[in-house]
Amino acid sequence: MNHGPLIFLGIFLALAASWYGTVVAPLLQFGHQQQVTVGAGSTRYPAARSGQAQRGKDVYRANGCFYCHTSQVRQSGVKFDVVLVSAGTNKAGLISAALLIKPGITADEARKLIEQTPKPLLQGVTRPEADAAAKTLAIPDVKFEIILVPVGGDVERGWGSRVSVAQDYLYEQPLMLGNQRIGPDLTTIGARQRSAASHLLHLYNPQMTVKGSTMPPYRFLFEKRKAGPRPSPDALQLPAEYAVEKGFEIVPTEKAQALVAYLLSLDTQLALFEAPMPTAPKQPELGASTNQTSAAAFTNTAAANQPAPK
Amino acid sequence: MAVMFLFSSALIWLVIGIVLGLISSIKLHGPGFLSQLSWLTYGRVYPASQNAVVYGFSAQALLGIALWLIARLGRVSLQGPGMIVVGGVFWNFAIAMGLVGILTGNSTGYEWLEMPRSASSLLFFSYALIGVWALITFHMRRERQLYVSQWYLLAALLWFPWSYSTAQLLLVVSPVQGVMQAIVNGWFVHNLFEVWFSFLGLAGVFYFIPKIIGQPLHSRYLALFAFWMLAFFGSWGGVYADAPVPKWVSSLSIATRVMMLIPMLAIGLNIQSTLSAHCAILKTNMVLRFVWVGAISYLLATLLGIVGALRSVSEVTLFTLYTNAITNLQLYGFLGMVVAGGIYYIVPRLTECDWPSTGLIRFHFSTATLGVALLVLPQLIGGVLQGIKLNDPQVPFLSVVKSTIPFLGMSTLGELLLLVGNLALLVNLLKILPACCTCCLGRVSNSTPQPKAVAVGGRI
Repeated sequence: MNHGPLIFLGIFLALAASWYGTVVAPLLQFGHQQQVTVGAGSTRYPAARSGQAQRGKDVYRANGCFYCHTSQVRQSGVKFDVVLVSAGTNKAGLISAALLIKPGITADEARKLIEQTPKPLLQGVTRPEADAAAKTLAIPDVKFEIILVPVGGDVERGWGSRVSVAQDYLYEQPLMLGNQRIGPDLTTIGARQRSAASHLLHLYNPQMTVKGSTMPPYRFLFEKRKAGPRPSPDALQLPAEYAVEKGFEIVPTEKAQALVAYLLSLDTQLALFEAPMPTAPKQPELGASTNQTSAAAFTNTAAANQPAPK
Repeated sequence: MAVMFLFSSALIWLVIGIVLGLISSIKLHGPGFLSQLSWLTYGRVYPASQNAVVYGFSAQALLGIALWLIARLGRVSLQGPGMIVVGGVFWNFAIAMGLVGILTGNSTGYEWLEMPRSASSLLFFSYALIGVWALITFHMRRERQLYVSQWYLLAALLWFPWSYSTAQLLLVVSPVQGVMQAIVNGWFVHNLFEVWFSFLGLAGVFYFIPKIIGQPLHSRYLALFAFWMLAFFGSWGGVYADAPVPKWVSSLSIATRVMMLIPMLAIGLNIQSTLSAHCAILKTNMVLRFVWVGAISYLLATLLGIVGALRSVSEVTLFTLYTNAITNLQLYGFLGMVVAGGIYYIVPRLTECDWPSTGLIRFHFSTATLGVALLVLPQLIGGVLQGIKLNDPQVPFLSVVKSTIPFLGMSTLGELLLLVGNLALLVNLLKILPACCTCCLGRVSNSTPQPKAVAVGGRI
């Protein structure tokens, strides 16, 4: 019996199905995302990269940095902080509420707790606990915020403030997420190390900045040349034990400069609808409406689609 | 004879690939090693080695085996051997171009698709040349009844051009936006390994094992069931659990990946039942040993892949050496061993000469098996430990990195053993080639049964 056409048709269907399910359907859903406006202002996110940083990305790609460095922050869940914004006039009511949500404290401690605002009442609690606290604190005139705090190994290592989501990679071309952490994640490397000089030293010889690092040196991105009467402004300030012989200096090439510009451009993680995170300066007026509702309405960003915390 | 060309050049790429792999492996624990040259930096040597092994060796050698099987099972001679050799020459040229591109910093930045556009187009073109003649041979077959291996082969022949061209179109030619690239890339890589390579390798497994023990396959229907299961579930699972995409995409991947347990068990059961009464042959027949180790590696790699895809496990193993361990088990354990078995089986039948040295075959088997074990096990264990430490923010990152170094050292040793073992195969093949040519020429003077094949053989 000749099964040729049957096999042909069958595998065509199989491949087409997986193609539709894993490629076309996601493409339809989020293949055409746009920049979004975040925060109260008119910040557009993500921002496009400067020309030099974009050229630096090419250096990053050409030298395969992504075989050792990921560009993706993971989070294992979220915790909640309950922060008192304004104590209002009903002090007695608030103290008894504080005693209810923090059973371990005395009335004196509760009084001290609400003296100064903003003041975190609870930190790192689960969502049901935060919801219960919200109910207890539903006193007229009392203003509080419930803040969502991402948790997880990556976040605690300081590699980022929240999980990476699709929106973050809107302009990445090619997208180099990486799948090995032989080196640390680089999502926010520009914020962790803001000094271009340090980045250059690290690229020239990682041992100078991180003793025992297994990162290879990228000397070929630098030029060793005869120093003039005065050292070039770009020349690396090498520590004494790594100094080159007298009369010579190490100067970064355009590629090294561009790569560093790219690394420095990796510094923003903004709170998004789908990926909330605590915003640094808390503005009390934003929290005005939260005292009637449960933890579902967050002041930092709405998080209606956030999975329930563990 | 076109097959011989594919085998020889595949082995040369394997050796090149392993040498490059060895360099990159040494760099992981000795970062200063060869660091002056830009084209030998880790981020270039590593993808170059992977591409050499995947496209240069695995794909090429498996295509060689596929061509031979299609002709053999269809009881016809290979159609268009000349065109296939031309395709093979272009294929090798494309890989050389691709590797040079990667080493000079022109990689595309997509995993397993690093070769620059010119090289990948040529690769696709040469695949088309080879694939068309393979399909024509399939079509011309005189034995109309299809054996299981032919199902797998036919599917594989069509699968690669579809998935490869789609991935190229959506990533290199007209790139999709943002994370869609990661999804398309993941989909392609998954199809390449879990479907295409699996189909090709398993076609060999299902042919060689019954052939050598002289018994039919335990169950044809079980093998066909596994075939459809693989085709329908194998191709979905390319998105890892924590990928920065909506959760349904990764959940779909995980669910279909778990379904892969079914074909895995079906294949394992089939091989086990076929072999169970004939284990004694394993001690004497080297080809069977190679294929058997390959089959076990396949089952193990699939199982590890399924386990690693689960959300709770992926939390630990993602971004660690665990991923590399699975890839290496697939490449060197499954494909490497099945291909070696296939070459040891096919070449004497093609050339009508025996292998010059059986000692070298035994030596190859021992070193390759030990090499795979030494390459994969440390990465597996080291990867899990690395993942646990990575997730514990109390452990400084540098000490996480340092804790992987002993494991990486063992992997380097494994890679070295693999190199030595495969050099033994190459030496054996180089010894048989002149003998083969004299064989063929001898036949020409006596009678001319296959003038076309001889002409090609002479060129080798």
